[in-house]
Amino acid sequence: MLAPINKIINFSNVDGPGNRCVIFFQSCPFKCLYCHNPETINYCNHCQKCVDKCMSSALSVVDNKVVYDSNKCINCDTCISVCDNFASPKINYMSVNDIIVKLIKLKPFIKGITVSGGECTNHKQFLIELFKEVKKLDLHILMDSNGNIDLSIEEELMDLVDGVMLDVKSVDDKFHYILTSKSCDMVLNNLDYLLSVDKLYEARTVLLPNFMVENLKTVNYVSKKLLLKSQYKLIKYRKYGVSEKGVDFFKDDTINDEDVKECLEIALKYCNNSFIV
Amino acid sequence: MNDVYKIISDTTMTYKQQLLSLARLAEGSEINLDLSDEYYNAKNDSVICDLNEGNAPYRPRYIIPDYSVLMNKGCDFLQLDAPTDLWEACNSLLIMYSHVPSITSFPVYLGGFDDLLEPFVTDLSDAEIEKCLRLFLLNIDRTLTDSFVHANIGPKDSRVGRIVLKLSEQMQLAIPNITLKYDEELTSDEFANLAITCMLKTAKPSFANHKMFVSEWSENYSIASCYNGLKIGGGGYTLPRLRMYELSQKAIDINDFMNNVLPKYTKIMCEFMDARVKFIVEESAFFKSNFLVTEKFLDINNFTGMFGMVGLNECVNNLLNIKDHSLGYGNNEKADEIGVEIMEKLSQLVADHKAPYCSGFNDQYRLHAQVGIDSDGREDSPGARIRVGNEPEIFEHIVHSGKFHKYFPTGIGDIFKFEETWLNTPNALLDIIKGAFKMNMRYFSGYLDSNDVVRVTGYLVKKSELYKLDSNKQSLNNVSIFGKGARDTGCALDRKVEKNVSTN
Ligand code: SF4
Ligand code: SF4
Repeated sequence: MLAPINKIINFSNVDGPGNRCVIFFQSCPFKCLYCHNPETINYCNHCQKCVDKCMSSALSVVDNKVVYDSNKCINCDTCISVCDNFASPKINYMSVNDIIVKLIKLKPFIKGITVSGGECTNHKQFLIELFKEVKKLDLHILMDSNGNIDLSIEEELMDLVDGVMLDVKSVDDKFHYILTSKSCDMVLNNLDYLLSVDKLYEARTVLLPNFMVENLKTVNYVSKKLLLKSQYKLIKYRKYGVSEKGVDFFKDDTINDEDVKECLEIALKYCNNSFIV
Repeated sequence: MNDVYKIISDTTMTYKQQLLSLARLAEGSEINLDLSDEYYNAKNDSVICDLNEGNAPYRPRYIIPDYSVLMNKGCDFLQLDAPTDLWEACNSLLIMYSHVPSITSFPVYLGGFDDLLEPFVTDLSDAEIEKCLRLFLLNIDRTLTDSFVHANIGPKDSRVGRIVLKLSEQMQLAIPNITLKYDEELTSDEFANLAITCMLKTAKPSFANHKMFVSEWSENYSIASCYNGLKIGGGGYTLPRLRMYELSQKAIDINDFMNNVLPKYTKIMCEFMDARVKFIVEESAFFKSNFLVTEKFLDINNFTGMFGMVGLNECVNNLLNIKDHSLGYGNNEKADEIGVEIMEKLSQLVADHKAPYCSGFNDQYRLHAQVGIDSDGREDSPGARIRVGNEPEIFEHIVHSGKFHKYFPTGIGDIFKFEETWLNTPNALLDIIKGAFKMNMRYFSGYLDSNDVVRVTGYLVKKSELYKLDSNKQSLNNVSIFGKGARDTGCALDRKVEKNVSTN
């Protein structure tokens, strides 16, 4: 079994406790307006638009398919910026064993791994096989998820995972739909489920400029659920990496400090472990 | 311009810096050492560099007094009784520091602060310890004005150790350099995390691989000057350097280098070291009359000579005819293999030489990866380091270091520059250090990109002091001038910032 891997960060200090290896899977069922790496959303449709834009000849066409040569790539990301399909040609199809070989080398330096995306649960069968092997290395496993699949019925997966970082983008279904093109019902079910089995490592909400009513509604709801059980990370919207459509929608480059402060105060009323990044 | 006149008229030097430079001039001019023509040729070709140690050495280069003698017995020569409280202990140490010579005339080792002072703090409040140590550190910074002045703490957690870290952070002083002797099994995570936060904010302490040093040196080792491993109650007589890039230019090919050039020049350098060591021990007054020797703060059996080298990177790339350094040493398996082969050979050659007055070291000199001096320019990178700007991502960088650090018991280290977010996650950095030491890294330094106190190639300087020199004002710190050279000609401050790098 192979999975499409967008990238692997060997050492990360911002994806859970300690130093961690982070594995980004390709593809996501959501289409968030503020997605910071929209090139992880779709699979490449081999339209070839990016191929001759690459100055390093890292991209070529074989049998009508775009082929990527990581040795030639200088990571300029030109290909990603010209793709209007929210995809990337720089995907490596890796096996569980490919990843484990890498992790064995990293093991002395890391506390664990974090799987992210895209949406990693799009590849849940692969995750199960991967996690079984990762457990043998005695590494801690965190899963970064948008909560779009019903985790409560994924028993095998959830037994292997040590914790989940759950994005709660909005608790207002209409607004969630505008942001992501999907309903928030499943996300909120997952929030309850993860709390009930004590596997919520962290909940996260992006604070948006010009949408204070929605921000406050979500922060209120989530922090009352979390209480003292999990940490709540409030992320300031930044326009870096966001698609043109998103930039137009949110208008401002970031959210102002007073609004951030107001959100944090509310979060801290209920959930003592809340912070801004 | 006449050298003496140049020093006397230099408005950027303080009085003391002028005095020391004039003394260095005298030390260099008197020809006392009987050296071979081969040596002089090698020196003229820039293959061997004596680091301006001069021809009339009158003390060992690095001196590591056993300060516990001062704490337990006092000192007759200095008319000091054994101290009875923290204030007396700090006062005695400060008095003694000004009587400890070295190549720079500043003491390169101040002792293990916690080992020396912890016995005196049992009945004191934190506030009193803090007050005393604040004055102690301030005195050191303003009187021992040289960043090669070095103190140790650890491996165990202690009140003194914690307060030294706290004050270092608050006071933001470049002096002294500090090393934490770190061992996962002896040092608590909590203490290590405090040290990491302090390191990111002030570029100190650095982390020394305690297990590795103990296995080679026993518990009785110190870290002095930049990152030099030396025995307590002893030191290093001398530290000349092989400049490996220039050496590689003498060879027709790799074979010639390994079998002819390297052995030939290693021998020349060892003989040069023999001459210096013999002169220091037999001719100069130091080992006959200095109170440090007569009162047993030092024992000649704890001294060795340090066989230094620089420019392994450029040497390897030159031998392999690699013109683009980004594809060479540090980023190329073949180049790294050649690097290891060279180090194996060099270690063997140095070990095979019977060194005089090194009886505590099996009559052997020990290798040292010298950090470079400003006049090296970019031809020879420090020791076995990867060229600044060509470092691979931190993971690969550490694995690379682990292959080379074991060859340098008298010192080698790597420096990593981190971005701001790591300040919030000392635990993550501790994971990296633990891993690094498991991979046989000897010495780990780090600092934040945005700091004033930064590590240049091994020593610390304040960026604000460099700016003073840029505008032709005097800097109290003796080594700011070296820092300026390393920054301007060696790009030493442009090393890579550790972010989260992808390598898919
Ligand atoms: S990455 Fe995007 S632009 Fe390139 S071929 Fe695939 S879909 Fe087309
Ligand atoms: S990032 Fe894309 S465009 Fe740039 S070199 Fe790599 S493949 Fe080519």
